[in-house]
Amino acid sequence: MDEREHIIEVKDMVKKFGSFTANDHLTFHVEKGEIFGFLGANGAGKTTAMRILCGLSYPTSGEIHVAGHDVYRERERIKRKIGYMSQKFSLYEDLTVSENIHLYAGIYGLRRKQIAAREEQLLERLGLSHIRNRLIREIPLGWKQKLAFSVAIFHQPAVVFLDEPTGGVDPITRRQFWEMIHDATEEGITVFVTTHYMDEAEYCDRVSIMVDGRIDALDNPAALKQQYESKNMNEVFLKLART
Amino acid sequence: MRILFTLLQKEFKQIFRNKLMLPIIFVVPLVQMILLTYAASLEMKGISMAVVDQDYSQASRQLVSHFEGSPFFEIKLTTSNYQEAEDELTSDHVDVILHVQHDFEKSLYEGKQTDLQLVVNAINATEAGLTNAYCTQIISSFNSQVRAEWFGLEGSGKLTTLEIIPKYWYNPQLDFKIYMFSGILVIIVTLIGMLLTALNLVREKEMGTTEQINVTPIRKYQFIMAKLIPFMIIALFELAFGLMVGRLLFGLPIVGSLGLLFLFTCVYLLTVLGIGLFLSTISNTQQQLMYMAFFFMLTFMLMSGVFTPAESMPIWAQKINIFNPVAYFMKVIRMILLKGSGFMDIRREFYSLGIYAVLILSLAITNYRKTT
Amino acid sequence: MKRFFGFVKKEFQHIFRDKRTLLILFGLPIVMIILFGFVVTTEIRDVEVGIWDRSMDQTSIGATQKIFSSGYFIPAGYIDHEGEIDELFRSGRAKVVVVFEEGFERNLRRENRAAIKLITDASDANSAQLSLTYLQGVLMNYFQSLNRDVQVPWSIDIKSRMFYNEEMKGVYMFIPGLMAMILMLISALMTSVTIAREKEFGTMELLLASPLKPREIILGKVTPYVFLSFTNALTILILGFLVFDVPVVGSIWLLMGECMLFITLALSLGVLISTSVKTQQMAMFMSLLGLMLPTILLSGFIFPIENMPKVLQWFSAIMPPRWFIVIVKNIMLKGSGFAFIWKETLILFGMTLFFILAAVKKFQIRLK
Repeated sequence: MDEREHIIEVKDMVKKFGSFTANDHLTFHVEKGEIFGFLGANGAGKTTAMRILCGLSYPTSGEIHVAGHDVYRERERIKRKIGYMSQKFSLYEDLTVSENIHLYAGIYGLRRKQIAAREEQLLERLGLSHIRNRLIREIPLGWKQKLAFSVAIFHQPAVVFLDEPTGGVDPITRRQFWEMIHDATEEGITVFVTTHYMDEAEYCDRVSIMVDGRIDALDNPAALKQQYESKNMNEVFLKLART
Repeated sequence: MRILFTLLQKEFKQIFRNKLMLPIIFVVPLVQMILLTYAASLEMKGISMAVVDQDYSQASRQLVSHFEGSPFFEIKLTTSNYQEAEDELTSDHVDVILHVQHDFEKSLYEGKQTDLQLVVNAINATEAGLTNAYCTQIISSFNSQVRAEWFGLEGSGKLTTLEIIPKYWYNPQLDFKIYMFSGILVIIVTLIGMLLTALNLVREKEMGTTEQINVTPIRKYQFIMAKLIPFMIIALFELAFGLMVGRLLFGLPIVGSLGLLFLFTCVYLLTVLGIGLFLSTISNTQQQLMYMAFFFMLTFMLMSGVFTPAESMPIWAQKINIFNPVAYFMKVIRMILLKGSGFMDIRREFYSLGIYAVLILSLAITNYRKTT
Repeated sequence: MKRFFGFVKKEFQHIFRDKRTLLILFGLPIVMIILFGFVVTTEIRDVEVGIWDRSMDQTSIGATQKIFSSGYFIPAGYIDHEGEIDELFRSGRAKVVVVFEEGFERNLRRENRAAIKLITDASDANSAQLSLTYLQGVLMNYFQSLNRDVQVPWSIDIKSRMFYNEEMKGVYMFIPGLMAMILMLISALMTSVTIAREKEFGTMELLLASPLKPREIILGKVTPYVFLSFTNALTILILGFLVFDVPVVGSIWLLMGECMLFITLALSLGVLISTSVKTQQMAMFMSLLGLMLPTILLSGFIFPIENMPKVLQWFSAIMPPRWFIVIVKNIMLKGSGFAFIWKETLILFGMTLFFILAAVKKFQIRLK
């Protein structure tokens, strides 16, 4: 594919913490509109890599472009075009649902009328209109998760980064969540998601599997299963981890 | 800046949702102001004294009556046995012994060197010094009076007397309270401002929402400003509140321009909150931050001249005070409130703090890392 | 038992890994000693004095010279009309203005009396009074010396003896107060914050769910601070001795015993506070505003209790530091034995018991 279509372009990315190498010469790209799964065990270096892509961390070396901008020199520009959802769902516990929406929307530069309109749509879709004035700390985890995601894409970024977004929620909610992710890509948003739940890999267009700071596999799930003669991604991962 | 406005909205909402805020802003300072202003006095009254009179002369009795008539002293014991008096001293029943020895009057009359002994409990050196000074004053006045009376030197034209007239400006009743109150007001405004700001920042760090903020296009200075302005406003409000309390309860004079005072306070708050913010950029936990802030606050406060005059400090300490913003504010608030000093009088402090504020805020903003 | 020691060890590690806090923990006593020993003083120094000499004769000039050679005052210049006084004061360039009346020397010679006005900026009432007292002293001395050619009998020579503290060192009073403050800080404040922290982070529930008994948890949390407090108390005493020659006249063992009692008291207070709050912030606020400020101001540390209004004196009576200071002062500076301070010790003991019981009760309620 033409390089210019790659929404994320990474060449030889290295991140060291002292003598410990968290990311060892990673090279990959992410295409526009795809769901890209960044898999690996805990401690493999996924979150580190993602933080670099978001502009939260400096890379030690490597060429990295996100949404058409260089991560070294144009970090602030990148931030305007991306969304982010952290493991902790990072909504303000002591603000209401509506207030959180308005806050983040305002930060990304949306006008009040725009916000109001989109907010209505969003709450309708999630079925949360009745709790718009409830404080975040009072709503159940599943709703928080969906809300956090919606807030992350509220300003319609080019890419949204999700760091282990399904931790601690029940399987049904997880399913629903992935449906939301799918819907987002239909609107043209690229989704970059890290997870250690291997079964979620099936939902992705392409996945990469990180082991000890390196990418040991990168392809769509079907191809990987064939390559490693496995029935599911879990097996693929186990086989990789063993070698 | 719309982003700043959005952030400010959020901050204010969060602050006022915190149920502790109201009591912290109103009740606690109020209680502190009242209680502590009354406590902080260095004046001494009713110092308990034991008199050991081994002379029983007219002179000795006159001397003692001078002490009896003084509001500074309260005679608890009169005896001719020195040991008895000393026992009272060691058991803390009296603080000073006046020892008139045998032959006191005779020796005076004969023009000899006459000794009078004072034994002062000097564990608290300041109190001892004051006690000594008061005693000396009373004894000297007794001395001159009796000298003049009994020898008629006044008429003989050989003795010259000097009249020393003290005049107390700005505070003729020598009300120590207003001095102390202004000091305590400074402390409260500073504490509330600085602590709240710093705690807020670190709390976000601990909650994890800072990361979410760092990922957005919010600029560092916007973030810091949004953390600063709400608390600055609260602190200014605190100042107004305190001034009102001071006026109503203590008759705090407001001689100078309130506008000037508030303007100066703004600059001061920028500095102090800036220090708080800077400290929070170098702390990882609320605990660390609290201890650091406490340490600096305590040191700054003690050195600022809140309880004891800054001018009395050794030179090296006064030099360190150049970096102590509280010292500036302490000085200026008293100058404006009690003496009516104007801008020209405080311009040096104003400019110094202005520079300090710019420096520390820049440092805080630079040090705040959106990217690590 | 092994569990317990493991837990205590973890607490120690916790504390020692936090280098910043550690620095402050040990740096604080040192800085405080320096501050109180050298810096915080109610004495006056380098007071700027302006002179309005309406005579400019030998006597007035002589007096002026005497003032500035006394060591307390520095010249702030001459003025020649009244309006300048306000300006001098407002700008802070002078604190006192000495006014010699017109024809000063002439009046002294001819009518045997003359007047000097001492106009003071009394916004700081305490310093103003002190300055005036000293100025008066200097001037009186000067005029005594003028009278020396006349044989003046009836001169009383005052011999002052400073009991317990010959050199009138200000620091004597501060060491006991400082000890009270630091012990209160470490034992009460830090303990309450530490425990509140666990509650806030939810790890307290983890601990409660473990085989550790609640009292073991509390004891474990508290043990490191006992050591730290004690070390700090010793540091203060040693520093006081080395730098300022503050002696320990009485029994060191008795002193240590009383320190332990006070530490226990402060710790139980800290635990009590932590059971009453939900967050670290609250713990800190309560400790700071409810303990530290009153400790500094109402315990007799800096300001004498006898001068306070009755209400405050009662308040002071329920402040543990107040009694502790009395005990320490007595042991350190007067060499008193237990017989002397048993009353205060009993009071402290009673308070400790009260706090412990209250804390236990609160803890149990929470668990239900």
